[in-house]
Amino acid sequence: MSEVLLDVDGLCKDFGGLEAVKNVSFQVRHGQIKALIGPNGAGKTTIFNLITGVLPADAGSAVLGDTQLLGLPTHRIAALGVGRTFQTSLLFDQMTVLENVMVGHHLRGRSTMLTAALRIFGAGAEEREYREAAMQALDRAGLAHLAGRSAAGLPIGQRRLVEVARALAAEPRLLLMDEPAAGLNMRETEHVGEIIHSIRDGGVTVLLVEHDMSLVMNISGEILVLDGGQRLAEGRPDEVRNDERVLAAYLGEDID
Amino acid sequence: MAAVREVPPDNDVHDEVLAATQRRRAQKVQIAAFFLFVALVPLAVHNRYYLHILIVVGLNLILATGLNLLMGYAGQVSLGHAAFYGIGAYVSGILTATYGCNPWAALLAALAVTSLVAWLVGKPTLRLRGHYLAMATLGVGIIVVVVIRQTTGLTGGAAGLTEIPSMTLFGRELQSNMDMHYFYFVWAWVCLLTVLFANLVESRPGRALRALHDSELAAQTLGVDTAAFKVRALVISAAYASIAGTLYAHSSMRFLSPTPFGFHTSIALLVMVVLGGQGTLWGPALGAVTITAIQEALRPYADYDIVVYGLLLVVMMIVMPGGLSRALGALYGRLRERVARHRAGDVAR
Ligand SMILES: Nc1ncnc2c1ncn2[C@@H]1O[C@H](COP(=O)(O)OP(=O)(O)OP(=O)(O)O)[C@@H](O)[C@H]1O
Ligand SMILES: [Mg+2]
Repeated sequence: MSEVLLDVDGLCKDFGGLEAVKNVSFQVRHGQIKALIGPNGAGKTTIFNLITGVLPADAGSAVLGDTQLLGLPTHRIAALGVGRTFQTSLLFDQMTVLENVMVGHHLRGRSTMLTAALRIFGAGAEEREYREAAMQALDRAGLAHLAGRSAAGLPIGQRRLVEVARALAAEPRLLLMDEPAAGLNMRETEHVGEIIHSIRDGGVTVLLVEHDMSLVMNISGEILVLDGGQRLAEGRPDEVRNDERVLAAYLGEDID
Repeated sequence: MAAVREVPPDNDVHDEVLAATQRRRAQKVQIAAFFLFVALVPLAVHNRYYLHILIVVGLNLILATGLNLLMGYAGQVSLGHAAFYGIGAYVSGILTATYGCNPWAALLAALAVTSLVAWLVGKPTLRLRGHYLAMATLGVGIIVVVVIRQTTGLTGGAAGLTEIPSMTLFGRELQSNMDMHYFYFVWAWVCLLTVLFANLVESRPGRALRALHDSELAAQTLGVDTAAFKVRALVISAAYASIAGTLYAHSSMRFLSPTPFGFHTSIALLVMVVLGGQGTLWGPALGAVTITAIQEALRPYADYDIVVYGLLLVVMMIVMPGGLSRALGALYGRLRERVARHRAGDVAR
């Protein structure tokens, strides 16, 4: 087995009496597609918020490689190589699709306010370089025709794809995806599955929250099941699918 | 029969990159055309009063451009921007009039002081979410005027600071009684600061500002240190105000009093930005021209201009929330479309 990339240990989060995350521990290994599943309100998004520094954790640790993430601000965690897409896509609606992806290059850019305003020390070249790179990224994602469109008017399926392309532009080591298939039709969902595979094949480890069980069962190497903020089960898709506790938690829902 | 056109698969790629380069080139042409036009104005306008007004338009344009960076791009509101203008003016005025400093050295000193004040205001407030900056700048706006009024020994208080020497250029005095020279001097600054602004907003840090304006969370997730970028936007916007202040101090009046740096001016600047169009290149210019004209027209009723600003703000929010420049842009687009359709109709016939 490959080495551990993300090591989450004893994570806790309490929202004024509501224990959203209770002592959750898990590991994500290099090159893995790992899924985090559970009923609504299980604490999945909260775990993403804790790992990315959006919310402070009450206890526990989350170590990426050998760096403790908890306590760091969100932008520092991003700089360490953690990318994220959101449950409801957060695009920059006042910008074009191309500009959205160009913001994804922020971490690799060097220009400051001063050098950018004066166009010195390679700021102009950097601008052209990232415009080209962003355009190529859109092209690879099959979105080149949308480059000049305002992000605000895009249908949900395309919003999700743009958000993924933007996150990948930052060249993350670990990508956290929160329900990338929510609101998509079957064909679009299949496409998202292919994209997640290709992201992994490109060397990016993926931690995925998803309600679409066929997608989860198809692409994940390992699944962690949460319920009421607690770890319920963990294992390969076929193990999880037949776990009694999981079936009970999902009672009435179709796991296949 | 239409000819079959071979479309290369990466056609779009080059289209959009090309379009972006073209947009930027068009912008450069616009900027060049605008300043060429401005440069020719004194050939037609000999009246000193009008030249003076045009200098005021230039100063307001610098102020509005700085505030536009903060409001239109970074999405932060300053309700006391006139304070930064005042600090720039008074630091320059005091250093040159009282201490015999070189005006250019004073300009740099004013920049340093104003930027420091902006940083001190922004650092603690911009880390918090909400309207803390608006509150803090409102406070600074009040404090600065009080300080100017009270430190009579330094600033001349309400009576004003007099005998401010002229600006110098290459060792020669820019005779401020000859407004033509000063007109060119001020508008050269406007030109420089507009170009820097246009460069800045189309760059990594400029996009970071627009990104955090739309979604701080998404921007942070992509590695943007949003608090730091907001502080930088405030500092730059204050630096623009400081330069306008220095230019004001050395203008033909050679005199400073606290009045122009009060709440009135802060609101006027805010209205300029909103009226012209936040987050656009030409918004501040449209706003500065319109508001300066209104100010001059209302000079006999100066105390009521704030009522006009209030009305303007309300009407703008309802009628054209994107501001004049976006409304004009849309109008131009519609006209062009109509002309194109007309031509197409001709061809068909
Ligand atoms: N910022 C917050 N403040 C207070 N309560 C919160 C906050 N965020 C989440 N919660 C609560 O914590 C619990 C877990 O929420 P979370 O969003 O993590 O669930 P989830 O597993 O992502 O659910 P879903 O599948 O519906 O997205 C819920 O009861 C939710 O109401
Ligand atoms: Mg969720």
